[in-house]
Amino acid sequence: MMGQGRLAAWGTGLAALIALPFVYRDPYHLHILVLILIWSFAYTSWSMMGRFGLVSLGHGGFMGIGAYVTALLWNHLGLSPWIGIPVSMVAAGILALIVGYPCFRFRITGHYFVLVTLALSGIVLQVITATRDYTGGSLGYTPNRTSGNKLLALQFDDKTTWYLIALGIWLFGIVVWHWVDRSMARYALEAISEDEDAAAAAGVDVTAEKLKITLLSALMTALAGAIYCQYQMFITPDTVSGIAVSLQMVFAAIVGGLFVSLGPTVGAIITILLAETLRIGFGTRAVGWDNLVYGVLLVLFIIFLPKGILGSLLDRLKPQRKVPRAHEQEAVQIARPGT
Amino acid sequence: MQAFLDIFDIYLLEAVINGILLGGVLALLALGLNLIFGVIDVTWICYAELVMIGMYAMYFMVQYYGVSYFVAAPLTILLVAVLGAALHYLVIAPLLTAPPINQLLATGGVLFVLQSFATVAFGIDFRNLGIRLPVLAFGDMNFSYARLLSFVAALVGMVAVYLFMTRTFTGTAIRAISQDRQIMALMGVDARRIYLITSALGGALAGLAACLLVLQYDVHPFVGLSFGPITFLICVLGGLGNFIGGFIAAFVFAEIISLGGLFSDLEWGYVLAFAFFIVMMFIRPAGLLARRR
Repeated sequence: MMGQGRLAAWGTGLAALIALPFVYRDPYHLHILVLILIWSFAYTSWSMMGRFGLVSLGHGGFMGIGAYVTALLWNHLGLSPWIGIPVSMVAAGILALIVGYPCFRFRITGHYFVLVTLALSGIVLQVITATRDYTGGSLGYTPNRTSGNKLLALQFDDKTTWYLIALGIWLFGIVVWHWVDRSMARYALEAISEDEDAAAAAGVDVTAEKLKITLLSALMTALAGAIYCQYQMFITPDTVSGIAVSLQMVFAAIVGGLFVSLGPTVGAIITILLAETLRIGFGTRAVGWDNLVYGVLLVLFIIFLPKGILGSLLDRLKPQRKVPRAHEQEAVQIARPGT
Repeated sequence: MQAFLDIFDIYLLEAVINGILLGGVLALLALGLNLIFGVIDVTWICYAELVMIGMYAMYFMVQYYGVSYFVAAPLTILLVAVLGAALHYLVIAPLLTAPPINQLLATGGVLFVLQSFATVAFGIDFRNLGIRLPVLAFGDMNFSYARLLSFVAALVGMVAVYLFMTRTFTGTAIRAISQDRQIMALMGVDARRIYLITSALGGALAGLAACLLVLQYDVHPFVGLSFGPITFLICVLGGLGNFIGGFIAAFVFAEIISLGGLFSDLEWGYVLAFAFFIVMMFIRPAGLLARRR
């Protein structure tokens, strides 16, 4: 499917990305890159569902579970993150199924689905805050520094190692995205997002297909949370769970472009660079300014550029490559008010 | 009387009554959101943030400029009503034909804007109105006067909205347009004007809620997050756009939070309410009062 040229471009780009930390060692810039890669992975995980019209505001919850379960198992039971991360992913997966099944079985879509998932991230935030004896509540939580094997504890001091780990995770996300993109599931889910009844009549098991993609998305988001926790070594309920994080995911994915594989990555680059620039430019006065700019941009993007920066750019470059799918067409029309 | 009170655990009864009082304010919030949803078919994710702005307005007018509470309250209601209309005019109106998800996300962007605007403009300090209302003692139970006042004011507000919707021409038009969007335009109703009025009305309800909540809670930029999600849950539980369902659901939720808070921390009351909500999604996915299909 993939053309020779595109394959070569991906290969060259990847080689350059792998070589980067060995050539360029500025710790601050590497730190920013690691953050971009980890968040890109989280945003990509969200967009796996979001691109099929399953807008979830519960992903902050999955991410929080990934981060907190891993850290709690490590601190209280001494369980290595190598076991803790899969456990946390399973926990997030089970939660996704518990919430997802009734939603999909009883046809809870649109507004209802968004609000139910919003409740989910609310629950996780409240549980983390309420169990403050174990989780430290809203003051945050730090996994214990290991004195033994660093690999076993998944704690590394140098940025290069983390950069490579984050790069691997990010690449994994992109590969999964493409895998879904080429699977039969994609056609089933696109049919569902356009008309559930018609899809069901055509033999698509609506509930099962939606559950599968939700589970996949939740597992990956939990992994992102766990990796973020291992890298930052400090988590608070507000940075890894809750509505703000969920909205941040939606925002980045939409700004970058929902319907292209690198869209969420572009979104992560833009949002994180924006936040960092404002932080450096304004110093402590910047508290709040980055979100103010985020919010205004989000509104403007949804009104004027709903396909995102990368999505619109690719459309501009390849005008008549393919007929846009119906739910994208709908989105394109918003871009030109008055048509 | 005392014999009657002895039957019940006094703390339990106090929690139950406090729950009812809390339910009044929650019902008011849910009514505003339901109104917007029922008429315009849009969910304002940033609804609680409008309340937050209203609370700041009250704080600054009363505490900073020394305006009397009862003068400041109508001004705040007016201000938030204007904000609601502006939100509709600037954000929702250009997106009316867009997929509903886009409208919802755009108001999510407004949530960010309002929150960070408050952070930038007012800082992240907790601010208190500084009005201490007396505590009402009844038997061995204590009720805060502020809660009682909120409950009564919320009820008055809801009755006023009910009268407006049933007794005035504009109210009738609003109810008609929520029943059939296309036909009402043909009947000579200006949908855009009705939408704007509804948004202002929804904003006014948020403003009223702000005036009442500011008596009980401290103001800070993220205060909306503490009662925003619960308001959405109430609306979904009652059935989006279903006023009576929302009213009942508000009291159910308030009781759960209040009783949960009695036996453990307040957060666990919330967790319990959330868990109850998810269980209810299995049993009554389309809302409490929905007819079974």
